[in-house]
Amino acid sequence: MTTHVELRPGAYADSVTLLQVSRTVQGLPGVDAAQVAMATPLNVDVLAEMGFDIPAEATPNDMVVALRLDDASALAGALAGVEQALRDANRRDESTSAIAPPRTTASALKRGSGAMALISVPGANAFVEAMDAVDAGNDVMVFSDNVPLEQEIALKRAAAERGVLVMGPDCGTAVVGGLGLGFANTVSPGPVGIVAASGTGCQQLLALLDRAGVGVTSALGVGGRDLSAEVRGLATREALRRLDEDPAVELIVLVSKPPADDVAAEIEEYAGSLSTPVEHALLGAGRPDLTAAAESVLRRLGREVPAWPVVGSASPRAGLVRGLFVGGTLKSEAQLIAGDPHTFVDFGDDAYTAGRAHPMIDPTLRLEHLARAAADPETGVLLLDVVLGHGAEPDPASRLAAAISGLDKPVVVAVVGTDADPQDRERQVRALADAGAEVHLSNAGATRRALELAGGLR
Amino acid sequence: MTTPNTVVNVGADLLADAVAEQAVPVTRVDWRPPMVGTEADLADVAADPRRRTANEQALAAMLDVTATLVDVAPASEVLGLQRGEFLHAGPPITWERASGPMRGALMGAAAFEGLVDDPEDAVALFESGANVSLEPCHHRSAVGPMAGITTPGMWVWVLEDQASGRRTYCTLNEGLGKVLRYGAYAPDVIERLHWLADVLAPLLQKAVRAAGPVDITGILTQMLQMGDEAHNRNRAGTLMTLRDLAPAMVTSGFDAPDVAQAMRFIGGNDHFFLNLAMPACKLALDAARNIDGSTMVVAMARNGTDFGIQVAGTGDEWFTGPSQQVDGLYFGDYGPDDANPDIGDSAITETAGIGGFAMATAPAIVRFVGGSVPDALNTTRRMHEITLGENPRWSVPVLEFQGTPTGIDVTKVCRTGILPQINTGMAGKLAGVGQVGAGLVTPPAEIFPKALARLAELAVSRTPS
Repeated sequence: MTTHVELRPGAYADSVTLLQVSRTVQGLPGVDAAQVAMATPLNVDVLAEMGFDIPAEATPNDMVVALRLDDASALAGALAGVEQALRDANRRDESTSAIAPPRTTASALKRGSGAMALISVPGANAFVEAMDAVDAGNDVMVFSDNVPLEQEIALKRAAAERGVLVMGPDCGTAVVGGLGLGFANTVSPGPVGIVAASGTGCQQLLALLDRAGVGVTSALGVGGRDLSAEVRGLATREALRRLDEDPAVELIVLVSKPPADDVAAEIEEYAGSLSTPVEHALLGAGRPDLTAAAESVLRRLGREVPAWPVVGSASPRAGLVRGLFVGGTLKSEAQLIAGDPHTFVDFGDDAYTAGRAHPMIDPTLRLEHLARAAADPETGVLLLDVVLGHGAEPDPASRLAAAISGLDKPVVVAVVGTDADPQDRERQVRALADAGAEVHLSNAGATRRALELAGGLR
Repeated sequence: MTTPNTVVNVGADLLADAVAEQAVPVTRVDWRPPMVGTEADLADVAADPRRRTANEQALAAMLDVTATLVDVAPASEVLGLQRGEFLHAGPPITWERASGPMRGALMGAAAFEGLVDDPEDAVALFESGANVSLEPCHHRSAVGPMAGITTPGMWVWVLEDQASGRRTYCTLNEGLGKVLRYGAYAPDVIERLHWLADVLAPLLQKAVRAAGPVDITGILTQMLQMGDEAHNRNRAGTLMTLRDLAPAMVTSGFDAPDVAQAMRFIGGNDHFFLNLAMPACKLALDAARNIDGSTMVVAMARNGTDFGIQVAGTGDEWFTGPSQQVDGLYFGDYGPDDANPDIGDSAITETAGIGGFAMATAPAIVRFVGGSVPDALNTTRRMHEITLGENPRWSVPVLEFQGTPTGIDVTKVCRTGILPQINTGMAGKLAGVGQVGAGLVTPPAEIFPKALARLAELAVSRTPS
């Protein structure tokens, strides 16, 4: 065992660097103990306790290198290690430090103003994130489903107090000042503003109005429970207020299932207080379908109602209509029109989406069922929907057309979308028609046609 | 409606991509599930209608406080401490559960107070519990670094919020190494305590009364721009305080050798200002106490055994878990086996948004954990994720003068899993050893869900269903 103590007058490094250097040197071969430190009285005491003799002339401006070595042969290596460690400690970290992304909605909103929050975390967590937006006074769209009702109420009450718009929960579609959020179609700005409790219902309306040359400035989703007796239209009111404030909106269309009775009266009263007229399109049994609602809007605006386009032609085939849908409202509409004994499935229903993506993103499950439904001898006509727009599958016809061309049953498809949608509606329609399908823009039209082909309207 | 000029996306990237394709900028939140078992409580607290305004009120109350140094006085006078009463750091603790440094400091303080002649004799005194009592500093408007032992004969800084007249207190800093607060109780430690009480403190009393009030919040503002984070680095603050008090010390009428000794002691003790920073932080945070519905942390404190927090909306209740080991560098031959778990009230600095939270302004000390300057910047940025706001007075030049992250939000800690970053010293785990190193530490994670559960319980019980 041998010790080496060396004073380096004028050398300086901060105490933290030197602690680090000491630790590094201690780990070198042949080094039993090492302390590199400025010779402050405190450090001299520490060194003395470690068994080093520090020269009396040491001052706090001297660096001390104190080493205890297994034998003298280790000295050169240890001193080289000291030099290396001192150099390393002062080396700059060349790596650039990227700023970490925000971890909460609140934090993200602090970084910029005028933002809309778009939330699609699991339903159990969505409320907390959405409250961040409400707290900050920012509008928010909650795409997440499975948000507990009492949380929706709390969220919308807080939002109403602050004049914040909450779209959703379970809001699949919105257009805000021309920006599509969620699954939204690309539409031109125009005189219509939509408030919708349903995603694909709203999309059907957007597609039909677009076809008729009527633009939509904003389409605000409010979630399927907003007009319930519990939520009482809190978001619907705010959405109506926003559209009423927008000078570009000449007619507001409110699309929903019939609200709870007293809520309907409240909303009607509120709508009546606005300066912009409100057309309330109520969906349900014995009521006009979405296409009829679109036509009513066009007439109210003094526009011509066009013939809704149909491309391709399917042959009659007696039997049941089998509806395989990705859009919940489109499925409901078809079911209401067709009635029993025809069968309709919504592959976007929670029962089918647990653990997998929505069928508007991943078509696999419906394609599997399509072959099975076609093989069923009771099946007369297959009725499908294809929903285009932002967020949806980039080229839905590619796999669907191939599947359709292999079927020996007539297929009717409602392609809901606009010419400006990223999927290129024209090309999608053509591909499906080339595969043998009859392609409609109106879901109601497609349904009636399928019934006709299957043996007549009920 | 106007087109949103930006979208904050929380969740599916697909939806963010769809927005980006429409040429609207998207901020993507790096969302992760919250701490296990907190989902329901987070929702209950988020639904509390009092929360938002309560937190705004708590933050504003805290930021509104200016701490001024108005006096130096014996704890017996200003804290009303009686013989045998011992204040300590952290949440409540008994002698049985006290760690080595806490016991060592209590033993040394018992000798300082003349309760025993030899510190070792104090063991029997504390075991018997007769004529001695332990109480947290925090329960008496005081804070103490490390063991935080405060006794009647010790002198304390007196800080005042002139607007409200509220006061907080803290002992004078003894220096580094073998000192009482690190659990050392050798004769020179006790001698130094007597010198502090007999010479330094009376001198400072005279100087403060002549030169004061001294704006401590203002000194903090300046030192944060001079490389101090006011927990592990207090050099600029110490020297500015000395600058402010020196003329009055010189003209105090005390003997020149004593004045010189006092100045040498202060100037040579880089941590002297810590004992002013801490009560200044407590004075500000105490303004936010007892605000129903607020989820803001008003105290983080450790007694060497337990780490405790108090929250604005839950009164004086402590939420505690085990103190953690400090990750850092050791003096001399000391290593991890020699270190006591985290101890001291000094995390009041982080609670107020400085210390580890202002790491970006003190890159010189980031190497305590072998870190780099970018680490320091990122630490401060990360703390903004768990805080309610920024302190407009305390700003960080290198971050474009952004205010320090202020007002730890229990809900944000539970949501992000990001724990407050604390800079701290390390005490030896055996009584009598003293300081063995310094480094970084975090609270035990579980205390935040505990506090959250209580906030949720209060929110639900006060919200009509």
